[in-house]
Amino acid sequence: MENYIIEMLHITKEFPGIIANDDITLQLKKGEIHALLGENGAGKSTLMSVLFGLYQAEKGEIRKNGQVVKINNPNDANSLGIGMVHQHFKLVEIFTVLENIILGVEPNKLGFLQKKEAREKVMALSKKYGLQVDPDALIEKISVGMQQRVEILKMLYRDNDILIFDEPTAVLTPQEIDELMEIMRGFAREGKSILFITHKLNEIMSVADRCTVLRKGKCIGTVEIKNTSKEELSHMMVGRQISFTVDKEEAQPKDVVLSVKNVSVPSRTSKKHAVKGVSFEVRAGEIVCLAGIEGNGQTELISAITGLEKMSSGEIHLQGRDITKASIRKRSKAGISHIPEDRHKYGLVLDYTLEDNIVLQRYWQPEFQKHGFIKKAEVRSYAQRLIGQYDVRSGQGPITITRSMSGGNQQKAIIARELDKKHELLIAVQPTRGLDVGAIEFIHKQLVHNRDEGKGVLLVSLELDEVMNVSDRILVMYEGEIVGELDPKKVTVEKLGLYMSGAKRNIGKEKEHAE
Amino acid sequence: MQNKLFSPSRLRTLTGSKGFSTFTAALLAIVLGLIFGFLVMVIALPANAGQGFSRVLFGGFSRLGDVFYFATPILMTGLSVGFAFKMGLFNIGASGQYTMGMFFAMYVGFMWKVPDGLHWVICVLAGLIGGMLWGCIPGILKALCNVNEVITSIMFNYIGMYLVDMLVQNNGTMYVAMKTRTAYLPASAQMPSLGVENSNVNVSIFIAIIIAVLLYVTLNKTTFGYELKATGFNKFASKYAGMNDKRNTILTMVIAGGLSGLGGAFYILAPSTIAGSSMTYEPISVIAANGFTGIAVALLGASNPIGIIFSSIFISHIQRGGTLASLLGYKPEIIDIVIAVIIYFSAFSLIMNAAFTRFIKKIRRKGAKA
Repeated sequence: MENYIIEMLHITKEFPGIIANDDITLQLKKGEIHALLGENGAGKSTLMSVLFGLYQAEKGEIRKNGQVVKINNPNDANSLGIGMVHQHFKLVEIFTVLENIILGVEPNKLGFLQKKEAREKVMALSKKYGLQVDPDALIEKISVGMQQRVEILKMLYRDNDILIFDEPTAVLTPQEIDELMEIMRGFAREGKSILFITHKLNEIMSVADRCTVLRKGKCIGTVEIKNTSKEELSHMMVGRQISFTVDKEEAQPKDVVLSVKNVSVPSRTSKKHAVKGVSFEVRAGEIVCLAGIEGNGQTELISAITGLEKMSSGEIHLQGRDITKASIRKRSKAGISHIPEDRHKYGLVLDYTLEDNIVLQRYWQPEFQKHGFIKKAEVRSYAQRLIGQYDVRSGQGPITITRSMSGGNQQKAIIARELDKKHELLIAVQPTRGLDVGAIEFIHKQLVHNRDEGKGVLLVSLELDEVMNVSDRILVMYEGEIVGELDPKKVTVEKLGLYMSGAKRNIGKEKEHAE
Repeated sequence: MQNKLFSPSRLRTLTGSKGFSTFTAALLAIVLGLIFGFLVMVIALPANAGQGFSRVLFGGFSRLGDVFYFATPILMTGLSVGFAFKMGLFNIGASGQYTMGMFFAMYVGFMWKVPDGLHWVICVLAGLIGGMLWGCIPGILKALCNVNEVITSIMFNYIGMYLVDMLVQNNGTMYVAMKTRTAYLPASAQMPSLGVENSNVNVSIFIAIIIAVLLYVTLNKTTFGYELKATGFNKFASKYAGMNDKRNTILTMVIAGGLSGLGGAFYILAPSTIAGSSMTYEPISVIAANGFTGIAVALLGASNPIGIIFSSIFISHIQRGGTLASLLGYKPEIIDIVIAVIIYFSAFSLIMNAAFTRFIKKIRRKGAKA
């Protein structure tokens, strides 16, 4: 008999109207790295929440070392040695690293904190596993990568030996990802067991021992990584063949569509500038990608171009017309289509119906209104056309409340709206964030198709695969400046990573680092 | 035996519709509020509780004219609060706008010489303008300087009230110092009565209902309504879509102010049942209660103009019943408590609605199993 440390047997978890987990069995061996793969909404997070005690399963049982255990809340999970690094870190921003690590299990004598003891333990752990942290730094001041190390140290501090990582690489640079993989391997050598949730196949192939694939709440199977391939895994995950490379011809750049000159944007949070004198151009028929680690000014730069935020200096021209001071509506009319970064905050009115959201950028056009009265019939038929054309799936078609739709279909609705609108420049900010491979493939095709129709495409992405595969030209942003212009066909992922982390630059003042 | 009314399929369609759930929530709020109100009456004066409560509930039916007459101003302030709320603005300044509208209407009534048939119409329009003016200023401050409309409109309640009191007291034509109230308005400035005996009910209730219907159409059929609701639901998305947030904020506050102002005009311009007299205003430094009742009306009507028609009539009905109950020795404050409880519960209506839906689903599941 195999020696399993944790077994989740025949887990079924229902939510109103949906079976999130349907008879799922997951068995974790001691000392292995076990990947959990699945599309969005496949039930990965639900399954992990059941294991971590956040949800109770209707059917099935959880065993540890063969013994049936009951996990009613995260504290139960903790006492069984189960720890979790959440996708969105659960850290107190204004506390120090050390304070965050001991939070909840503070060593004390008569109610007085014994920090010294804690510090020794944390430093020992940090040294042992190569998790570099500064125990006295405030969380809000340290990098995302270090925040993640704090989360990992939190688990270790609690002597957990079953570690759950929920999409840990989404926020990291390539170098940081490599480091994390190495740390995970170290844990496994030590005898700790790791559950690794992801939908990035490369990472699974490089680090995992086995992989369990979920699709639509059902368990498709568990495979040994050494006996499988990326193609097979993706086929298991989505149920059809997926192409990983984006098919596209050589770009044929024509006239300049967007020209950004010396644009600076003040920061929302500090006195410094988030964007410092950035200049670049986007031509018709090319996809320009702004790459960079999150928070290096990409958001602010896009906000300035689309008019959501005011810039402190600089000029923006669209097809030669100065739109530096134009309103958002005027820019939209002039030909900017914008797929926003945050689809819930900006892209959609979630409480509106799908059809109302589809005309969000066009309801004022004569096609859809007369004397201020909205032409419901035209809106309906237009929405139906786009829903069909872009395969937007929803419960009730045009009258579905947008909030009830899945993330991928919400994004498709936005894409349908922005692409069908008359435009010359398409700005797509992280258009595939949080989506599964099927939806990603669709969106990439749309971006390339748009380019081939002679539009300029400005893509902002944090995903390196996307940056390398989709773009015709890469601009790397670091601390509010463009530090590199690269050709995706000539540059390697590793080199791109160096530019993204600020270690290298080939544009701007500090030329000393240039190649 | 299967109960037809509560058959599973029927319950499913019922619980599925959104209008139904808002309606049940309001109804549930009312029922629970009434039960609590009854308990208060039992505690206050046990002997008369049964009779008193039946007067609260049914007394209004014997004075339908009055119910509609008193419903009119709170219908207007209710619409005012509800309309602004659709855009995500909390117009707590309905009182000040109401008072301003009343003053403008009164001023035209006393001071302007206008041909008979036209006089009250001009007075009503003056009330509209007065309210608009008072709604406009918090709107401008909110749009251009990002000053919270709650704070400014509360301040404008006081500024409006004291300003009107001062202007009235300094005006010899309008004010009768001996009686500390305004003089009687000329008959030409009073609105045409509906001729219900012993009641002041007049054409304004119809005007108010027509306005409610117009607002409903504006909210649901026009681009302005589309923008307004989009802003109320998600101001970031409306900005992203290029909607003119500043203009819409000012416009919404102007309209909301105008609605409250009309409420004030309708109140003061009502015809009197006694020939030669009229409604009067007492400048005694009290903020108009009808403005705040409007908040309750809007809440109970779920900010839907059609819902607000019914909620204003209901609250007016309970208030009339309460006046009758006070003849049995109940203080009018008891009625205020009953109404307050209803408002409290309507704030919880969403939670109750969820509980109610769960309850029905439970029956349904049992029915399905049986």
